[in-house]
Amino acid sequence: MNAAAASLAIAWPSTDALWIMATGAVIAAACAVLGAFLVLRQMSMMGDAISHSVLPGLAAAFLVTQSYSIGPLLLGAVIAGLLTALLTQTLHRFARVPADASMGVVFTSLFALGVVLITQVKGVHFDKQCVFEGALELAPLYTVQWGSLQLPRALAVGLIVLGVNTVALVLLWKEFKLSAFDPALATTMGFPAGVMHYLLMTLVAVTAVASFEAVGSILVVAMLITPAATAHLLVDRLGPMVLLSAAIGAASSVLGYALAVHFDTNVAGMMAVAAGGLYGVAVLFSPRYGLLSTMLHNARLALRVIRDDLLGMLYRLEELGAERRLASRDARTAIGGGLLAWWGLASLQRNELVSRAGETLELTPAGRDAARQLVRAHRLWENYLVQFLGLPLDHVHEPAHRVEHYLDSGLQQSLRQKLDDANVDPHGREIPE
Amino acid sequence: MIALSLSMKVTLGAALLGGVAGVVGAFAVLRGRSLVGDMLSHAALPGVVLAFMLTGSRQLAALSVGALATGLAAIGLMTLVVRWTRTKEDAAIGVMLSSFFGLGVVLLSRATRSTTGGNSAGLNSFLFGEPGNMLNSDLLLLAGVGTAALLIVTLLFKEFKLVAFDADFAASQGWPATRLDLAMMALVAVVTIIGLPMVGVVLMAAMIIVPAATARMWTHRLHTLLLLAAAIGVFAGVVGSRYGRGVPAGPAIVLAAAAMFAASLLLAPQQGLLARFMHTVRLQRRVAQDHLLRSLYELAEPQPQETPAIDFESLQADRRWRPARLRRLLEKNQQQGLVTLSGGVVTMTPVGLRAAAEATRRHRLWELYMMRVAGAAADHVDRSADDVEHLLPAAVVLELEAELEADPKLAFAAPRVPPSPHEIRAGEGDR
Repeated sequence: MNAAAASLAIAWPSTDALWIMATGAVIAAACAVLGAFLVLRQMSMMGDAISHSVLPGLAAAFLVTQSYSIGPLLLGAVIAGLLTALLTQTLHRFARVPADASMGVVFTSLFALGVVLITQVKGVHFDKQCVFEGALELAPLYTVQWGSLQLPRALAVGLIVLGVNTVALVLLWKEFKLSAFDPALATTMGFPAGVMHYLLMTLVAVTAVASFEAVGSILVVAMLITPAATAHLLVDRLGPMVLLSAAIGAASSVLGYALAVHFDTNVAGMMAVAAGGLYGVAVLFSPRYGLLSTMLHNARLALRVIRDDLLGMLYRLEELGAERRLASRDARTAIGGGLLAWWGLASLQRNELVSRAGETLELTPAGRDAARQLVRAHRLWENYLVQFLGLPLDHVHEPAHRVEHYLDSGLQQSLRQKLDDANVDPHGREIPE
Repeated sequence: MIALSLSMKVTLGAALLGGVAGVVGAFAVLRGRSLVGDMLSHAALPGVVLAFMLTGSRQLAALSVGALATGLAAIGLMTLVVRWTRTKEDAAIGVMLSSFFGLGVVLLSRATRSTTGGNSAGLNSFLFGEPGNMLNSDLLLLAGVGTAALLIVTLLFKEFKLVAFDADFAASQGWPATRLDLAMMALVAVVTIIGLPMVGVVLMAAMIIVPAATARMWTHRLHTLLLLAAAIGVFAGVVGSRYGRGVPAGPAIVLAAAAMFAASLLLAPQQGLLARFMHTVRLQRRVAQDHLLRSLYELAEPQPQETPAIDFESLQADRRWRPARLRRLLEKNQQQGLVTLSGGVVTMTPVGLRAAAEATRRHRLWELYMMRVAGAAADHVDRSADDVEHLLPAAVVLELEAELEADPKLAFAAPRVPPSPHEIRAGEGDR
């Protein structure tokens, strides 16, 4: 079936490809806008749970009504979804089952029940694989008339769900926002966070059911969680996060379809992989929360600390009035050695804070100024710790050594005022101006 | 090899799997990692397909190695993003689950196409579970892995126990907590993957979670928990695979486990809903009894007598009791010889007076304590004393008494009840 579908998708004119991409994108966006709230409330796996428990709902509705009409099926699935949310919370709250375990118990049991129910339905074709993978490739084959336009049915359903979700979010924006970030505050302010929770769960269930047929459970889960998690790495405000989630969801669909055609493989699966890939890109390269920027930030901080330590060491040597000057090799070893030490010393020389006379190092006037600031910060902090925190003398060097890099001149000024213009540190050394 | 019938093999396999999954699942549940099992079983798919594509064989051992590789990769990536980025654990699990599973579906679709169908049927069993395909070698593998997992749990019992309950403490004591944690998760991974061909992706997660969550309701001790989870797993496996009556074995096993979970939910001695309901009812009764006694005492207080008599109406008005409830309560008290009822008059017996005095004393001691120590105002202490008086153990009452001995308000009368620090108004108390 898959092979036939995929070959159709390639062989047919590109309007079908466009329809498939549009269907995927719309459904992905519908899932992703809700996903933003799931991710923020740390309930992502609820999306997974609900999209699994849709199955028994569908099966039960079919057994009761013996028809394929959409109304009862939708109702059954939504009830099953809500039941999952309700049971999970009840088990957690009243029977003190850990939250994740209660979710795991509920949705896997319901899923097992669903599989059993479906095997009881005689004469119904049930493609188990279809549950996971959906049949997005076949979307253009089933169309509905919308005005003068002939749309794939799955696209029409997706548009409706996206519309419902958008309207609900726009109308109840501030309520959703508040209960996403602080449910307790929301409740005290008179927005029932519990009601908002179940409203969100209802929307998730409706979206999951509607998307289920077209894209399968795997893509529903992927699109509920992954684009929102990606957007969460990129922006800080809720509005942009929701919009970006939708955009990333849509982009994953298009990208996934292109890749699926290229590699001649399953479309829904590839869309999930594409969403995961975009998440991976965000993990690495997000400007503020990405691994790369975190590493860069850490490296820059480490370099700054090393430079400060070098300057401080040279200054203290000068202060002792010793004749001996440090050789650059010794200086590097003294601060831990390695590449970072080498780089720190080199950058100090490049900025002309330290000059090199033969083998030994010498502070330049600018370097001496910078070092004085640093040593001043260090000794002021030592004084502060002794006077205000009552730390013993042999305990103040280490904390001051850590803090000295962060005390700017303003802070130094207020420290000095607080310390009654003290001009010696607790060890009796002068605090430089 | 002993010749076993297929149904015997399936039962044996299901029992083995249930037992081992119960044991390792206990650690997953205790560590708050229940859904990691779900993620693992999904993340195993690409590994299975890759192993198949590379080796061309459908040997369970080879496929399991592949599954283990991608499963561990998913755990590793999840840990990485949780540790280093803003993504929380739930979202990380979801992302890894769906991305890896998507990759698995993609690869599966490629594999199916390149080998012209048929051949990959064995791979589909990893998705949905086909216990009917079980071979003797599969059973041996299951037994081998299960024994190894149990051996590791036995050898590292103390270490696992420490990490499972307090990983930070374990780390502070110098144990390699992270590595032990990973070892635990690796055990979960291995067992999950071995079980996949039997029960399938979604239901394998249930095998990890449900027996452990069920056992957790019955005990607070780790070794009991492990034994119980194993027993529940074995039992679910046997019942589900033998008495399924046409229901596929995988879902039947899970439903058997779920039924035990539901039963435990109701009946477990401390956490069970029934026990907790009973506890609430008992507490409510005790509170009502204390309130009744205090009402009686306070109504009798203005004219002290040996056996004070209070009329029913004023008693009912004092706390706005529902008449029927008050009558039932009084009748019970009559049986215990605390009061006698005749017409509309309630007469306290000496024993009843004594008990009423005790209840009132507890209330007033706490009120005085709140005023003295917590600095609460006289008109604020009544309510807070109402919350606490029923739960004050005798030792605390003695302590309060000793502490408040010097208080001038504690001019102890015969039954040693201090006078109320505030005005007593009828109908002000809550029911």
